[in-house]
Amino acid sequence: MIGHFTIDGKRVQFREGQTIMEAAMAEGIYIPHLCHNPEFRPHGSCRVCNVKANGRHVAACTAPASEGLEVENDTGEIRAERRTLLQMLFVEGNHVCPACEKSGACQLQAVAYYCDMVAPEFTHLYPQRQVDASHPDFIIDFNRCILCELCVRASRDKDGKGVFAIAGRGIGAHLVVNADSGKLGDTDFDKDDRSAHVCPVGAILPKHKGYEVPIGKRLYDRKPISMVGDVSDHEGE
Amino acid sequence: MSDPRHVDAAEAGLSQWGENASSLLQILIHIQQSLGHSPDTAVQLLSSRLGIEPAVIDGVVTFYSFLSHEPCGRYDIRFSDNIIDRMLGGRESAERLMKQLGLEAGKHDPARGVTIDYTSCTGMGDQGPAALVNGLTLTRLTPERIDVIADLVMRQVPVDEWPRDYFEVEENLLAGDILLDEWYHPGAATQAVQSIGKSTILEQLEKSGLRGRGGAGFSTGMKWRFCAEVEAEQKVVVCNADEGEPGTFKDRLLLQSYADRLYEGMTLCAAVTGAQKGFVYLRGEYRYLLEALEGELQKRRDARLLGESILGQEGFDFDIRIHLGAGAYICGEESALIESLEGKRGVPRIRPPFPVTHGYLGCPTVVNNVETFIAAAGIAENGPEWFRSRGTEASPGTKLLSISGDCDKPGIYEIPFGMTIVEILDRCGASDTQAVQVAGPAGIMLAPEEFGRKIAYEDVPTGGSFMVFDTSRDLLAAARNFMDFFVHESCGFCTPCRVGTTLVNKLLEKIGNGHGTTVDLETVQRMASVMRNTSHCGLGATAANPAVHLIEHFPTMLYERLRHTSFEPSFDLDAALEEARQATGRNDPGAHLQGGGV
Repeated sequence: MIGHFTIDGKRVQFREGQTIMEAAMAEGIYIPHLCHNPEFRPHGSCRVCNVKANGRHVAACTAPASEGLEVENDTGEIRAERRTLLQMLFVEGNHVCPACEKSGACQLQAVAYYCDMVAPEFTHLYPQRQVDASHPDFIIDFNRCILCELCVRASRDKDGKGVFAIAGRGIGAHLVVNADSGKLGDTDFDKDDRSAHVCPVGAILPKHKGYEVPIGKRLYDRKPISMVGDVSDHEGE
Repeated sequence: MSDPRHVDAAEAGLSQWGENASSLLQILIHIQQSLGHSPDTAVQLLSSRLGIEPAVIDGVVTFYSFLSHEPCGRYDIRFSDNIIDRMLGGRESAERLMKQLGLEAGKHDPARGVTIDYTSCTGMGDQGPAALVNGLTLTRLTPERIDVIADLVMRQVPVDEWPRDYFEVEENLLAGDILLDEWYHPGAATQAVQSIGKSTILEQLEKSGLRGRGGAGFSTGMKWRFCAEVEAEQKVVVCNADEGEPGTFKDRLLLQSYADRLYEGMTLCAAVTGAQKGFVYLRGEYRYLLEALEGELQKRRDARLLGESILGQEGFDFDIRIHLGAGAYICGEESALIESLEGKRGVPRIRPPFPVTHGYLGCPTVVNNVETFIAAAGIAENGPEWFRSRGTEASPGTKLLSISGDCDKPGIYEIPFGMTIVEILDRCGASDTQAVQVAGPAGIMLAPEEFGRKIAYEDVPTGGSFMVFDTSRDLLAAARNFMDFFVHESCGFCTPCRVGTTLVNKLLEKIGNGHGTTVDLETVQRMASVMRNTSHCGLGATAANPAVHLIEHFPTMLYERLRHTSFEPSFDLDAALEEARQATGRNDPGAHLQGGGV
């Protein structure tokens, strides 16, 4: 069944069972997001894709599209809420853009630019987190993890490996690696795994090629994220 | 190196609960109770037998407060840390015990095998200060009792030889009404399904206007009807006995003294919806009730009111199993509760689909509160008019309240919906009242000018928590206690709740330390609004309420504590230099910022 609804007044077509996000993506309408990736089942944890549907706040990635729905996406109110959510993510971890080799190709940074975030503003939590460089091809910098669980989902659902999981609760929730030692080098994680290529931030990074593309010529240095989409769509560029 | 005791505990858990992934949490609880922790050997064994990755098991162990990798020892003591317990001297009791044993909170003492820590409200606000020892409830912890406990621990006396009266939990029902009257006949409500039919029962429930007693207030008749109308081979009835809202303890009474009525209500629900499987999800803090609850179940099986062919009716098979929680408030949210029943981390699900169509292991599932099931049984036995004889048009019936704090008679009161706050305060003997916190930390803090408001879904809704604060109390301390609670209990899944609770808490701390400004209040409100609008579930949506209600209902008290500047930094610049001073061995005036750098 084909139906129609609107996003910021624009008529959008949807198929029965599609979410607001899926219908928007199909029509090239950008709804900022971090934990969503169309390869995987909707998750709804980052909440950056928050929109108003018939006046009610919902996550676009999990809310079903329905006939006649009026969705507000790119409004001042929604932008402000997204900024606050992004600021929360920035102060929760240790996100030092100038010192991060993902800078310019990082979705968190790109979405923050898109939503006009100029400073983290809130009190930094400065958590003490480790860097895991035990694997020959990849490192994990836990300082930058935003708990989107894309690596967890990719490893479990695509790679059939279950290399990652979430442990802890609340502000103590954190990514863990499935090995006695807790080290990536002691798992069967491989550089060609899907889970190696879905991280939207600089938490899971390939070794030896951090600056192959110089800063200034990276994905989001050239065009805003609203035009080029997710970083995982541009692997190898 | 594998300790045979670790293997034995895991094997015993597996044989009791079955080798299914959904048994994981119950097996881990069993292991924790046997060994005082979840050792690696046991985790590895469970991983291979249940087919769950060790990291996923680790995720479950670290999600629940009552599970731990590290040993807690022979004496795992946790003091209830709700504001009410604190007002009754809970913190002093804990500190007294720690001092006598030379311990720090949360630090295990391997020599005596003891760990002392704090935990969220244990549901004993009317008889606190309270604590749990190895999961069992201790009440009325006076300094004298603390001294005896310290001695018992030092002499290594096993917990089952401690004085029995320390473990006594009083009923404390101070006013009953129709729900707790003498109407109950075992099997009568379930029999009514046979005699008048499912559709008549559903009509009666709808006509009664019964709404969920957990606080959300969804129509019970409608919920049951949705589930009844779904075609499915297996359906499930779940009782939410995870009474975790701080200050609530009314389900404790129902489980302790009216369990048979609860089981009747669940069996009624099974008869109406066609469910075969039932669960009671009992909060870990009420573990002391487990044996008695199991006993009541067996009595019903013996009376053919549970099991196969109930009431002799061919094909009417239904039984109930009790699952324990393990210290996670979020599991009171129905979809998180179902995740927990399936043995996983208690993270709320994406909705839709709702549990009535896709619940436990994908089966249509009705989840209701203890009080709701009992009310449903009452309606089936006595009719909708009986129920409507109390309450208001939009909120028919009665409500059990757990009243605690500054009043002469804390305890459990059954009141008709529509009763005003001031009438309730009068009944429980409260005087000089400064504020009332209704519906727990996520609820509302009311000031005296609002005491004319009514307990009802259409005015002040509540799951049953009613905490009274007189004028001697510091409401900011109460709000901070509530925010601490949410920081501790957020599941951590979504950004606004995981980070927002901590940030709001830090701002309240800043205000409490005398460094707050009006800008901080604005930031709290902005954050609260984002949390309300964008959180994944109701916990996050309401988690900033303690701060917001303080600002909205007690502005004068709060503004008096602010600095008269618009901005203050959130950290002490001078204190931040301490590390550098130590590294350089300096402590001269030049190494300090004047006035703390503020």
